[in-house]
Amino acid sequence: MSNDDSSKGIDRRGALECMIWAGTGVIWTLSGGVPKSSQLLGTSPAQAAGKAATGFSFLQISDSHVGFNKPANPDALGTLKEAIVKVSDLPAKPAFMIHTGDITHLSKPGQFDDAEKVIGESKLDVHYVPGEHDLIDEDNGKAYLDRFGKNAKGGGWYSFDAGGVHFIGLVNVANLKAGGMGSLGDEQLAWLADDLKGKPTSTPVVVFAHIPLWTISADWGWGTEDSARALTLLTRFGSVTVLNGHIHQLMQKVEGNVTFHTARSTAFPQPAPGTAPAAGPMLVPAEKLRGLLGITSVEVHHGKGALAITDTPLATS
Amino acid sequence: MLKLRTRRRARAVFIAVTLAAVPALPVRAADTEVNIENFTFAPKELTVKAGTVIVFRNRDDIPHTVNGTNAEFHSKALDTDESFSFTFANPGTYEYFCGLHPQMTGRVVVTP
Repeated sequence: MSNDDSSKGIDRRGALECMIWAGTGVIWTLSGGVPKSSQLLGTSPAQAAGKAATGFSFLQISDSHVGFNKPANPDALGTLKEAIVKVSDLPAKPAFMIHTGDITHLSKPGQFDDAEKVIGESKLDVHYVPGEHDLIDEDNGKAYLDRFGKNAKGGGWYSFDAGGVHFIGLVNVANLKAGGMGSLGDEQLAWLADDLKGKPTSTPVVVFAHIPLWTISADWGWGTEDSARALTLLTRFGSVTVLNGHIHQLMQKVEGNVTFHTARSTAFPQPAPGTAPAAGPMLVPAEKLRGLLGITSVEVHHGKGALAITDTPLATS
Repeated sequence: MLKLRTRRRARAVFIAVTLAAVPALPVRAADTEVNIENFTFAPKELTVKAGTVIVFRNRDDIPHTVNGTNAEFHSKALDTDESFSFTFANPGTYEYFCGLHPQMTGRVVVTP
């Protein structure tokens, strides 16, 4: 990823249109680690346009589960297509997209093919990390790594720089141990320490991985057992944003300089922790489904030290 | 009316006694099934005679695997209603878990 992407920052008109597109969404602005939320309609368009003019945006999609066809969503490929139409309709083109895993439901070649074809319609560069559903081919992840891991290290992790931000894609769904949760492992943590060595603390860092890097529910395995070791390496940075998927619902937490955020799925929702006997696809009335699926847009505003995260459902009901 | 209720109660007691008796006895070599449902193995603990075939069947809309903690056995990813069978030939205690959702654990105790 070259720094040229930063030149594609949205202009005033684009920002205004973006506000309209985002509809009733809530925009989170982080300033000095303190989140401020405001309904988009309450944001001054001039302020918003002024901020956007010096930055750039990228997109996150997650948990597309291509191949899933159970009652909770009989057509997961169809809702992925709807999500990509939303991306293509954006008035300001994002610099690129990240996909935080569970691209497919069962790691089958046809499912990867379908996913790539539909996501390719966005005409954006896509940076993938795997979910546990992407590593269940007979060869323990070869299908995923052959496609998406060519420039990655070890089990598929990597980093790149774009628009002055350091992006780190981590893998926490491989070699999981009995009784545990997500895991990064020693080899990846050593790589991370090396990757961050010498980086100025003023560099904004975005870390993305499938399973949340904070414990949302240990009972449901919604956490990463050695995430504290990764976060320790990141504490010296002034702005760290951690983007995850896996739990198919929005959740956010701010701890010091670190903002944790989970994105919606494009396939099916899951229950909030503790509200059902188990995790898994949650059946909702058909007219409610698209309100629980969606995409996430992240804006980087240079000089403001703030990343704005906007979640948009596929439909508002 | 009273008679009917008494008869019902007698039948209920009979069924309860029968059900309670089953888990206490090691099951003979016929197929025994472990259900994978709601992200749990049920029963979580099972005692069987050596030579018993255990069938693990996934009832969830999410794939699961059955992995021996010491790699004694290892299923492929089981989609909904797919199953994995393993013959527990040797006595011992076998711990296992789901490789996708490792919080899911179970145990098979094999008696001679």
